[in-house]
Amino acid sequence: MRKQKEFIGLLGLRISIFVVVISFLAILVFISSKGFKVLNIEFLLAVPKDGMTKGGIFPAIVGTLYLCLGTIIVALPLGVLSAIYLIEYAACKRLIKTIRIGVSALAGVPSVVFGLFGLAVFVKFFDFGVSVLSGALTLGIMTLPVIIKASEEAILSVPKEFKEASFAIGATKWQTITKVVLPTALPGIITGTILGIGRAAGETAPILFTAVTFYQRLLPRSVFDEVMTLPYHIYALMTEGTAPEFQVPIAYGTAVVLLGLVMSINFVAILIRVKSRRAKKW
Amino acid sequence: MVNPKISTKNLNLWYGDYQCLKDVNISIPENAVTAIMGPSGCGKSTLLRVFNRLNDLIDGTRITGEVLLDEQDIYKDIKDVFSLRKKVGMVFQKVNPFPKTIFENVTYGLKIHGWKDKAKIEKRVQESIIDVGLWDEVKDCLHKNAFSLSGGQQQRLCIARAIAIEPEIILFDEPCSALDPISTAKIEQLMEELKEKYTIIIVTHNLQQAARVSDYTAFMLLGELIEFGETKKIFTAPKDKRTENYLTGKFG
Repeated sequence: MRKQKEFIGLLGLRISIFVVVISFLAILVFISSKGFKVLNIEFLLAVPKDGMTKGGIFPAIVGTLYLCLGTIIVALPLGVLSAIYLIEYAACKRLIKTIRIGVSALAGVPSVVFGLFGLAVFVKFFDFGVSVLSGALTLGIMTLPVIIKASEEAILSVPKEFKEASFAIGATKWQTITKVVLPTALPGIITGTILGIGRAAGETAPILFTAVTFYQRLLPRSVFDEVMTLPYHIYALMTEGTAPEFQVPIAYGTAVVLLGLVMSINFVAILIRVKSRRAKKW
Repeated sequence: MVNPKISTKNLNLWYGDYQCLKDVNISIPENAVTAIMGPSGCGKSTLLRVFNRLNDLIDGTRITGEVLLDEQDIYKDIKDVFSLRKKVGMVFQKVNPFPKTIFENVTYGLKIHGWKDKAKIEKRVQESIIDVGLWDEVKDCLHKNAFSLSGGQQQRLCIARAIAIEPEIILFDEPCSALDPISTAKIEQLMEELKEKYTIIIVTHNLQQAARVSDYTAFMLLGELIEFGETKKIFTAPKDKRTENYLTGKFG
Protein backbone atom coordinates (compact mmCIF):
# COMPACT_ATOMS: atom_id res chain seq x y z
CA MET A 1 0.00 0.00 0.00
CA ARG A 2 2.73 2.42 0.98
CA LYS A 3 4.74 1.45 -2.07
CA GLN A 4 1.77 2.06 -4.34
CA LYS A 5 1.27 5.51 -2.84
CA GLU A 6 4.90 6.31 -3.41
CA PHE A 7 4.64 5.07 -6.99
CA ILE A 8 1.58 7.23 -7.67
CA GLY A 9 3.20 10.25 -6.07
CA LEU A 10 6.36 9.88 -8.13
CA LEU A 11 4.31 9.33 -11.28
CA GLY A 12 2.47 12.60 -10.58
CA LEU A 13 5.78 14.44 -10.23
CA ARG A 14 7.11 12.93 -13.44
CA ILE A 15 3.97 13.77 -15.41
CA SER A 16 4.08 17.37 -14.16
CA ILE A 17 7.68 17.95 -15.16
CA PHE A 18 7.03 16.21 -18.48
CA VAL A 19 4.12 18.54 -19.26
CA VAL A 20 6.21 21.58 -18.31
CA VAL A 21 9.16 20.59 -20.46
CA ILE A 22 6.98 19.54 -23.38
CA SER A 23 4.99 22.80 -23.40
CA PHE A 24 8.20 24.81 -23.34
CA LEU A 25 9.73 22.76 -26.15
CA ALA A 26 6.47 22.86 -28.12
CA ILE A 27 6.42 26.67 -28.04
CA LEU A 28 10.04 26.80 -29.07
CA VAL A 29 9.70 24.28 -31.92
CA PHE A 30 6.37 25.60 -33.18
CA ILE A 31 7.47 29.25 -33.26
CA SER A 32 10.86 28.41 -34.74
CA SER A 33 9.53 26.12 -37.45
CA LYS A 34 7.16 28.82 -38.61
CA GLY A 35 9.58 31.70 -38.19
CA PHE A 36 12.94 30.39 -39.31
CA LYS A 37 12.04 30.61 -43.00
CA VAL A 38 12.11 34.42 -42.94
CA LEU A 39 15.13 34.73 -40.67
CA ASN A 40 18.26 36.09 -42.28
CA ILE A 41 20.63 39.01 -41.87
CA GLU A 42 18.47 41.28 -44.00
CA PHE A 43 15.46 40.47 -41.81
CA LEU A 44 17.39 41.66 -38.76
CA LEU A 45 18.95 44.74 -40.34
CA ALA A 46 16.38 46.12 -42.83
CA VAL A 47 13.29 48.24 -42.37
CA PRO A 48 9.85 46.87 -43.27
CA LYS A 49 8.89 47.32 -46.93
CA ASP A 50 5.81 47.22 -49.13
CA GLY A 51 3.17 47.68 -46.46
CA MET A 52 4.87 45.32 -44.02
CA THR A 53 4.86 42.40 -46.41
CA LYS A 54 8.61 42.43 -47.04
CA GLY A 55 11.83 43.68 -45.54
CA GLY A 56 13.05 43.37 -41.98
CA ILE A 57 12.32 44.37 -38.43
CA PHE A 58 15.38 46.46 -37.56
CA PRO A 59 13.40 49.44 -36.20
CA ALA A 60 11.42 47.10 -33.93
CA ILE A 61 14.60 45.54 -32.52
CA VAL A 62 16.11 48.95 -31.90
CA GLY A 63 12.85 50.23 -30.39
CA THR A 64 12.64 47.31 -27.97
CA LEU A 65 16.27 47.83 -26.92
CA TYR A 66 15.64 51.57 -26.40
CA LEU A 67 12.64 50.83 -24.23
CA CYS A 68 14.62 48.28 -22.19
CA LEU A 69 17.39 50.78 -21.64
CA GLY A 70 14.89 53.49 -20.73
CA THR A 71 13.17 51.15 -18.32
CA ILE A 72 16.46 50.42 -16.56
CA ILE A 73 17.28 54.11 -16.32
CA VAL A 74 13.86 54.83 -14.81
CA ALA A 75 13.38 51.82 -12.57
CA LEU A 76 16.84 50.85 -11.31
CA PRO A 77 17.67 53.98 -9.29
CA LEU A 78 14.10 54.35 -8.03
CA GLY A 79 13.92 50.69 -7.05
CA VAL A 80 17.32 50.53 -5.37
CA LEU A 81 16.81 53.78 -3.47
CA SER A 82 13.37 52.63 -2.30
CA ALA A 83 14.80 49.33 -1.12
CA ILE A 84 17.58 51.12 0.78
CA TYR A 85 15.03 53.37 2.42
CA LEU A 86 12.75 50.51 3.38
CA ILE A 87 15.52 48.41 4.89
CA GLU A 88 18.02 50.87 6.31
CA TYR A 89 16.11 54.03 7.13
CA ALA A 90 12.35 53.66 7.51
CA ALA A 91 11.69 53.54 11.24
CA CYS A 92 7.90 53.38 11.39
CA LYS A 93 6.91 49.70 11.14
CA ARG A 94 3.41 50.61 10.04
CA LEU A 95 4.65 52.79 7.21
CA ILE A 96 7.02 50.05 5.99
CA LYS A 97 4.18 47.55 6.03
CA THR A 98 1.90 49.89 4.10
CA ILE A 99 4.57 50.56 1.50
CA ARG A 100 5.28 46.83 1.13
CA ILE A 101 1.58 46.11 0.59
CA GLY A 102 1.51 48.91 -1.97
CA VAL A 103 4.51 47.49 -3.81
CA SER A 104 2.95 44.00 -3.85
CA ALA A 105 -0.30 45.45 -5.11
CA LEU A 106 1.61 47.23 -7.85
CA ALA A 107 3.04 43.86 -8.89
CA GLY A 108 -0.48 42.49 -9.23
CA VAL A 109 -1.84 45.26 -11.46
CA PRO A 110 -2.69 43.96 -14.97
CA SER A 111 -0.29 45.32 -17.54
CA VAL A 112 -2.99 46.96 -19.66
CA VAL A 113 -3.91 49.07 -16.65
CA PHE A 114 -0.33 50.34 -16.56
CA GLY A 115 -0.85 51.20 -20.21
CA LEU A 116 -3.93 53.27 -19.44
CA PHE A 117 -2.16 54.94 -16.51
CA GLY A 118 0.80 55.79 -18.74
CA LEU A 119 -1.53 57.24 -21.36
CA ALA A 120 -3.32 59.44 -18.83
CA VAL A 121 -0.27 60.59 -16.89
CA PHE A 122 2.81 60.57 -19.13
CA VAL A 123 1.30 60.94 -22.59
CA LYS A 124 -1.47 63.41 -21.73
CA PHE A 125 -0.83 65.10 -18.38
CA PHE A 126 2.94 65.58 -18.72
CA ASP A 127 2.45 65.89 -22.46
CA PHE A 128 5.37 63.62 -23.36
CA GLY A 129 3.18 62.25 -26.17
CA VAL A 130 3.40 58.71 -27.48
CA SER A 131 7.14 58.33 -27.08
CA VAL A 132 10.09 56.30 -25.84
CA LEU A 133 10.00 58.44 -22.71
CA SER A 134 6.35 57.70 -21.90
CA GLY A 135 6.84 54.01 -22.65
CA ALA A 136 9.99 53.72 -20.55
CA LEU A 137 8.32 55.49 -17.63
CA THR A 138 5.29 53.19 -17.86
CA LEU A 139 7.38 50.03 -18.15
CA GLY A 140 9.63 51.36 -15.39
CA ILE A 141 6.76 51.67 -12.94
CA MET A 142 5.57 48.23 -13.94
CA THR A 143 9.03 46.76 -13.29
CA LEU A 144 9.57 48.60 -9.98
CA PRO A 145 8.11 45.90 -7.70
CA VAL A 146 10.48 43.28 -9.12
CA ILE A 147 13.50 45.53 -8.68
CA ILE A 148 12.50 46.67 -5.18
CA LYS A 149 11.93 43.08 -4.06
CA ALA A 150 15.21 41.86 -5.58
CA SER A 151 17.15 44.80 -4.10
CA GLU A 152 15.61 44.31 -0.66
CA GLU A 153 16.58 40.66 -0.65
CA ALA A 154 20.08 41.43 -1.90
CA ILE A 155 20.57 44.14 0.73
CA LEU A 156 19.22 41.92 3.51
CA SER A 157 21.64 39.16 2.56
CA VAL A 158 24.67 41.39 3.21
CA PRO A 159 26.17 40.01 6.45
CA LYS A 160 25.74 42.35 9.41
CA GLU A 161 29.42 41.79 10.23
CA PHE A 162 30.37 43.85 7.16
CA LYS A 163 28.22 46.73 8.33
CA GLU A 164 29.54 46.51 11.89
CA ALA A 165 33.12 46.55 10.62
CA SER A 166 32.37 49.67 8.60
CA PHE A 167 30.66 51.47 11.48
CA ALA A 168 33.42 50.44 13.89
CA ILE A 169 36.00 52.12 11.67
CA GLY A 170 34.05 55.37 11.88
CA ALA A 171 31.98 55.30 8.70
CA THR A 172 28.61 57.02 8.60
CA LYS A 173 25.51 55.12 7.67
CA TRP A 174 25.53 56.55 4.16
CA GLN A 175 29.21 55.68 3.65
CA THR A 176 28.51 52.17 4.90
CA ILE A 177 25.61 51.77 2.52
CA THR A 178 27.38 53.14 -0.56
CA LYS A 179 30.82 51.61 0.05
CA VAL A 180 29.99 48.26 1.63
CA VAL A 181 26.32 47.32 1.45
CA LEU A 182 25.57 48.24 -2.16
CA PRO A 183 28.73 46.80 -3.74
CA THR A 184 28.12 43.55 -1.86
CA ALA A 185 24.46 43.46 -2.87
CA LEU A 186 25.06 44.54 -6.45
CA PRO A 187 25.07 41.14 -8.20
CA GLY A 188 21.71 40.31 -6.61
CA ILE A 189 20.28 43.69 -7.56
CA ILE A 190 21.49 43.39 -11.14
CA THR A 191 20.17 39.86 -11.53
CA GLY A 192 16.73 40.92 -10.30
CA THR A 193 16.74 43.98 -12.52
CA ILE A 194 17.66 42.03 -15.64
CA LEU A 195 14.91 39.48 -15.00
CA GLY A 196 12.45 42.36 -14.62
CA ILE A 197 13.69 43.91 -17.85
CA GLY A 198 13.31 40.58 -19.64
CA ARG A 199 9.68 40.63 -18.62
CA ALA A 200 9.24 44.25 -19.70
CA ALA A 201 10.85 43.62 -23.09
CA GLY A 202 8.07 41.23 -24.04
CA GLU A 203 5.15 43.34 -22.84
CA THR A 204 2.70 44.81 -25.32
CA ALA A 205 -0.12 46.27 -23.26
CA PRO A 206 1.81 48.91 -21.27
CA ILE A 207 3.36 50.41 -24.40
CA LEU A 208 0.31 50.04 -26.63
CA PHE A 209 -0.95 53.56 -25.88
CA THR A 210 2.27 55.08 -24.63
CA ALA A 211 5.19 54.33 -26.95
CA VAL A 212 4.56 52.33 -30.07
CA THR A 213 3.75 53.05 -33.63
CA PHE A 214 2.68 50.69 -36.37
CA TYR A 215 5.30 51.66 -38.88
CA GLN A 216 8.38 53.81 -38.87
CA ARG A 217 10.91 54.22 -41.62
CA LEU A 218 13.51 56.07 -39.59
CA LEU A 219 14.83 55.22 -36.16
CA PRO A 220 13.70 57.42 -33.26
CA ARG A 221 16.00 60.41 -32.89
CA SER A 222 14.98 61.55 -29.43
CA VAL A 223 13.14 60.25 -26.39
CA PHE A 224 10.07 62.11 -27.62
CA ASP A 225 9.81 59.99 -30.78
CA GLU A 226 7.56 56.97 -31.01
CA VAL A 227 9.09 53.58 -31.70
CA MET A 228 8.32 50.23 -33.23
CA THR A 229 8.79 47.29 -30.88
CA LEU A 230 8.97 43.52 -31.33
CA PRO A 231 5.90 42.47 -29.35
CA TYR A 232 3.71 45.17 -30.87
CA HIS A 233 5.05 44.41 -34.33
CA ILE A 234 3.79 40.83 -33.96
CA TYR A 235 0.42 42.11 -32.80
CA ALA A 236 0.18 44.59 -35.67
CA LEU A 237 1.15 42.06 -38.33
CA MET A 238 -1.47 39.60 -37.10
CA THR A 239 -4.32 42.07 -36.73
CA GLU A 240 -3.79 44.74 -39.37
CA GLY A 241 -2.88 44.77 -43.02
CA THR A 242 -4.29 43.02 -45.99
CA ALA A 243 -1.73 40.39 -46.93
CA PRO A 244 -1.71 37.75 -44.21
CA GLU A 245 0.09 35.24 -46.42
CA PHE A 246 3.19 37.49 -46.27
CA GLN A 247 2.61 39.02 -42.85
CA VAL A 248 2.12 35.87 -40.77
CA PRO A 249 5.59 34.40 -41.51
CA ILE A 250 7.14 37.77 -40.65
CA ALA A 251 5.19 37.77 -37.38
CA TYR A 252 6.59 34.36 -36.48
CA GLY A 253 10.08 35.46 -37.48
CA THR A 254 9.66 38.46 -35.20
CA ALA A 255 8.52 36.12 -32.42
CA VAL A 256 11.70 34.06 -32.80
CA VAL A 257 13.79 37.23 -32.49
CA LEU A 258 11.81 38.35 -29.43
CA LEU A 259 12.18 34.93 -27.80
CA GLY A 260 15.89 34.96 -28.55
CA LEU A 261 16.24 38.44 -27.06
CA VAL A 262 14.33 37.65 -23.86
CA MET A 263 16.16 34.35 -23.41
CA SER A 264 19.53 36.01 -23.86
CA ILE A 265 18.57 38.64 -21.30
CA ASN A 266 17.64 35.92 -18.82
CA PHE A 267 20.79 34.02 -19.66
CA VAL A 268 22.89 37.07 -18.76
CA ALA A 269 21.08 37.25 -15.42
CA ILE A 270 21.78 33.59 -14.73
CA LEU A 271 25.41 34.05 -15.71
CA ILE A 272 25.85 36.94 -13.27
CA ARG A 273 24.17 34.95 -10.52
CA VAL A 274 26.35 31.90 -11.04
CA LYS A 275 29.49 34.01 -11.18
CA SER A 276 28.69 35.97 -8.02
CA ARG A 277 27.78 32.78 -6.14
CA ARG A 278 31.13 31.34 -7.03
CA ALA A 279 32.91 34.47 -5.82
CA LYS A 280 30.89 34.60 -2.61
CA LYS A 281 32.88 33.25 0.29
CA TRP A 282 31.18 34.62 3.37
CA MET B 1 46.88 51.96 38.83
CA VAL B 2 48.90 53.68 36.11
CA ASN B 3 47.33 56.08 33.62
CA PRO B 4 43.76 55.01 32.94
CA LYS B 5 43.01 55.39 29.22
CA ILE B 6 39.31 54.74 29.33
CA SER B 7 37.14 54.26 32.37
CA THR B 8 33.52 53.85 33.36
CA LYS B 9 31.71 55.26 36.37
CA ASN B 10 28.49 53.66 37.59
CA LEU B 11 27.76 52.38 34.12
CA ASN B 12 24.38 50.76 33.59
CA LEU B 13 23.07 49.53 30.26
CA TRP B 14 19.68 48.20 29.25
CA TYR B 15 18.50 46.52 26.06
CA GLY B 16 14.81 47.37 26.31
CA ASP B 17 13.84 46.17 29.80
CA TYR B 18 16.77 43.82 30.17
CA GLN B 19 19.65 45.17 32.21
CA CYS B 20 22.88 44.02 30.64
CA LEU B 21 25.45 45.96 32.64
CA LYS B 22 25.04 46.74 36.34
CA ASP B 23 26.94 49.54 37.95
CA VAL B 24 30.24 48.81 36.23
CA ASN B 25 33.27 50.77 37.41
CA ILE B 26 36.48 49.98 35.60
CA SER B 27 39.64 51.87 34.61
CA ILE B 28 41.48 50.40 31.65
CA PRO B 29 45.22 51.19 31.83
CA GLU B 30 47.05 52.72 28.89
CA ASN B 31 49.48 50.73 26.70
CA ALA B 32 48.56 47.42 28.26
CA VAL B 33 46.41 44.46 27.36
CA THR B 34 43.28 44.19 29.45
CA ALA B 35 41.24 41.00 29.20
CA ILE B 36 37.57 40.88 30.02
CA MET B 37 36.45 37.36 30.75
CA GLY B 38 33.36 35.65 32.00
CA PRO B 39 30.73 33.12 30.97
CA SER B 40 28.48 33.65 27.96
CA GLY B 41 25.88 36.35 28.50
CA CYS B 42 27.79 38.09 31.29
CA GLY B 43 27.88 41.35 29.37
CA LYS B 44 31.56 41.35 28.41
CA SER B 45 30.92 41.97 24.70
CA THR B 46 28.33 44.58 25.59
CA LEU B 47 30.86 46.37 27.78
CA LEU B 48 33.38 46.25 24.92
CA ARG B 49 30.83 47.77 22.57
CA VAL B 50 30.22 50.59 25.02
CA PHE B 51 33.77 51.80 24.43
CA ASN B 52 33.18 52.51 20.73
CA ARG B 53 29.44 53.07 21.09
CA LEU B 54 28.67 50.25 18.71
CA ASN B 55 25.71 49.44 20.97
CA ASP B 56 24.12 52.57 19.54
CA LEU B 57 23.23 50.47 16.50
CA ILE B 58 20.83 48.37 18.54
CA ASP B 59 17.38 49.88 19.02
CA GLY B 60 16.26 50.29 22.61
CA THR B 61 19.72 50.59 24.15
CA ARG B 62 19.77 52.87 27.17
CA ILE B 63 22.79 53.92 29.17
CA THR B 64 23.38 55.72 32.47
CA GLY B 65 26.68 56.62 34.09
CA GLU B 66 29.90 57.92 32.61
CA VAL B 67 32.42 56.57 30.15
CA LEU B 68 35.58 58.66 30.11
CA LEU B 69 38.16 58.53 27.35
CA ASP B 70 41.10 60.75 28.34
CA GLU B 71 38.69 62.51 30.68
CA GLN B 72 36.14 63.22 28.01
CA ASP B 73 32.73 61.59 28.37
CA ILE B 74 32.23 59.67 25.13
CA TYR B 75 28.46 59.85 25.46
CA LYS B 76 28.20 63.51 26.41
CA ASP B 77 31.36 65.42 25.45
CA ILE B 78 32.07 63.62 22.19
CA LYS B 79 29.04 64.45 20.13
CA ASP B 80 30.41 62.86 16.99
CA VAL B 81 30.43 59.09 17.29
CA PHE B 82 32.52 58.83 14.09
CA SER B 83 35.49 60.68 15.55
CA LEU B 84 35.20 58.47 18.65
CA ARG B 85 35.44 55.38 16.48
CA LYS B 86 38.48 56.82 14.77
CA LYS B 87 40.17 56.70 18.17
CA VAL B 88 38.72 53.33 19.19
CA GLY B 89 39.16 50.58 16.62
CA MET B 90 37.67 47.13 16.76
CA VAL B 91 38.40 43.57 15.66
CA PHE B 92 35.53 41.11 15.62
CA GLN B 93 34.85 37.52 16.59
CA LYS B 94 33.57 36.60 13.16
CA VAL B 95 36.48 37.33 10.85
CA ASN B 96 35.03 40.00 8.61
CA PRO B 97 37.19 41.53 5.91
CA PHE B 98 35.16 43.39 3.32
CA PRO B 99 34.59 41.56 0.03
CA LYS B 100 37.15 43.85 -1.57
CA THR B 101 40.84 43.55 -2.31
CA ILE B 102 43.43 43.32 0.46
CA PHE B 103 44.58 46.84 -0.40
CA GLU B 104 41.05 48.27 -0.40
CA ASN B 105 40.36 46.69 2.98
CA VAL B 106 43.18 48.66 4.55
CA THR B 107 42.45 51.90 2.66
CA TYR B 108 38.78 51.77 3.64
CA GLY B 109 39.22 53.58 6.95
CA LEU B 110 41.71 56.04 5.48
CA LYS B 111 39.28 57.07 2.75
CA ILE B 112 36.42 57.28 5.23
CA HIS B 113 38.49 59.72 7.24
CA GLY B 114 39.35 61.84 4.24
CA TRP B 115 42.83 60.69 3.18
CA LYS B 116 43.39 61.75 -0.44
CA ASP B 117 47.13 61.65 -1.14
CA LYS B 118 47.84 58.40 -2.98
CA ALA B 119 51.48 58.12 -1.93
CA LYS B 120 50.60 58.69 1.73
CA ILE B 121 47.80 56.14 1.54
CA GLU B 122 50.10 53.54 -0.01
CA LYS B 123 52.74 54.17 2.63
CA ARG B 124 50.22 53.84 5.43
CA VAL B 125 48.80 50.62 3.96
CA GLN B 126 52.27 49.13 3.83
CA GLU B 127 53.04 50.20 7.41
CA SER B 128 49.80 48.73 8.70
CA ILE B 129 50.28 45.42 6.94
CA ILE B 130 53.91 45.24 8.12
CA ASP B 131 52.76 45.95 11.68
CA VAL B 132 50.48 42.92 11.66
CA GLY B 133 53.22 40.72 10.20
CA LEU B 134 51.37 40.06 6.99
CA TRP B 135 53.51 41.98 4.51
CA ASP B 136 55.70 39.13 3.28
CA GLU B 137 52.65 36.96 2.75
CA VAL B 138 50.58 39.47 0.78
CA LYS B 139 52.95 42.00 -0.77
CA ASP B 140 52.61 40.35 -4.19
CA CYS B 141 48.85 39.99 -4.10
CA LEU B 142 47.60 43.24 -2.59
CA HIS B 143 44.97 43.49 -5.31
CA LYS B 144 43.54 40.04 -4.79
CA ASN B 145 40.28 39.56 -2.96
CA ALA B 146 40.70 39.44 0.81
CA PHE B 147 38.77 36.17 0.90
CA SER B 148 41.62 34.45 -0.91
CA LEU B 149 43.58 34.60 2.37
CA SER B 150 43.42 31.99 5.12
CA GLY B 151 41.28 32.64 8.20
CA GLY B 152 44.23 33.69 10.34
CA GLN B 153 45.56 35.97 7.61
CA GLN B 154 42.10 37.49 7.19
CA GLN B 155 41.96 38.27 10.90
CA ARG B 156 45.38 39.92 10.76
CA LEU B 157 44.15 41.91 7.75
CA CYS B 158 41.19 43.03 9.87
CA ILE B 159 43.68 44.19 12.52
CA ALA B 160 45.63 46.05 9.82
CA ARG B 161 42.38 47.66 8.70
CA ALA B 162 41.73 48.80 12.28
CA ILE B 163 45.21 50.18 12.97
CA ALA B 164 45.55 51.93 9.58
CA ILE B 165 43.67 54.95 10.90
CA GLU B 166 45.94 55.05 13.96
CA PRO B 167 43.44 54.57 16.76
CA GLU B 168 44.42 54.91 20.41
CA ILE B 169 42.51 51.88 21.63
CA ILE B 170 41.83 48.56 19.88
CA LEU B 171 38.94 46.41 21.03
CA PHE B 172 39.22 42.68 20.33
CA ASP B 173 35.96 40.75 20.61
CA GLU B 174 37.01 37.08 20.92
CA PRO B 175 39.37 37.52 17.97
CA CYS B 176 40.66 33.96 17.95
CA SER B 177 37.55 31.90 18.57
CA ALA B 178 37.30 30.94 14.89
CA LEU B 179 41.03 30.37 14.36
CA ASP B 180 43.39 27.43 14.57
CA PRO B 181 46.06 27.30 17.34
CA ILE B 182 48.90 28.54 15.11
CA SER B 183 46.93 31.56 13.87
CA THR B 184 45.83 32.17 17.45
CA ALA B 185 49.44 32.19 18.63
CA LYS B 186 50.35 34.72 15.93
CA ILE B 187 47.52 37.05 16.93
CA GLU B 188 48.41 36.77 20.60
CA GLN B 189 52.02 37.62 19.84
CA LEU B 190 50.83 40.51 17.72
CA MET B 191 48.85 41.92 20.65
CA GLU B 192 51.99 41.83 22.74
CA GLU B 193 53.70 44.02 20.10
CA LEU B 194 50.71 46.29 19.52
CA LYS B 195 50.40 47.32 23.16
CA GLU B 196 53.53 49.45 22.76
CA LYS B 197 51.49 51.82 20.64
CA TYR B 198 47.92 51.07 21.56
CA THR B 199 45.71 50.35 24.52
CA ILE B 200 44.23 46.91 24.01
CA ILE B 201 41.04 45.44 25.42
CA ILE B 202 40.23 41.85 24.62
CA VAL B 203 37.08 39.93 25.40
CA THR B 204 37.63 36.21 25.69
CA HIS B 205 36.14 33.24 27.37
CA ASN B 206 39.32 31.32 26.91
CA LEU B 207 40.97 31.50 30.34
CA GLN B 208 44.38 30.40 29.13
CA GLN B 209 44.28 33.13 26.51
CA ALA B 210 43.45 35.74 29.12
CA ALA B 211 46.31 34.48 31.27
CA ARG B 212 48.74 34.43 28.36
CA VAL B 213 48.11 37.77 26.71
CA SER B 214 46.84 40.16 29.31
CA ASP B 215 48.44 42.42 31.88
CA TYR B 216 45.13 43.11 33.59
CA THR B 217 42.04 40.97 33.84
CA ALA B 218 38.44 41.77 34.57
CA PHE B 219 35.99 39.07 35.55
CA MET B 220 32.32 39.66 34.84
CA LEU B 221 29.24 37.74 35.85
CA LEU B 222 25.60 38.49 35.03
CA GLY B 223 26.33 42.08 34.04
CA GLU B 224 28.44 42.89 37.07
CA LEU B 225 32.16 43.46 37.27
CA ILE B 226 33.15 41.01 39.97
CA GLU B 227 36.87 41.56 40.10
CA PHE B 228 39.50 43.56 38.28
CA GLY B 229 43.25 43.68 38.74
CA GLU B 230 46.61 42.51 37.54
CA THR B 231 46.30 39.25 35.69
CA LYS B 232 48.89 37.52 37.88
CA LYS B 233 46.97 38.36 41.01
CA ILE B 234 43.56 37.46 39.60
CA PHE B 235 44.78 34.07 38.46
CA THR B 236 46.87 33.19 41.51
CA ALA B 237 44.97 34.81 44.33
CA PRO B 238 41.46 35.87 43.36
CA LYS B 239 39.75 37.85 46.08
CA ASP B 240 36.20 36.90 45.19
CA LYS B 241 34.88 33.38 45.67
CA ARG B 242 33.00 33.57 42.35
CA THR B 243 36.19 34.39 40.43
CA GLU B 244 37.91 31.46 42.04
CA ASN B 245 35.02 29.13 41.18
CA TYR B 246 35.11 30.28 37.57
CA LEU B 247 38.86 29.92 37.27
CA THR B 248 38.81 26.44 38.76
CA GLY B 249 36.09 25.40 36.33
CA LYS B 250 33.23 25.01 38.83
CA PHE B 251 30.98 26.82 36.31
CA GLY B 252 31.45 28.41 32.96
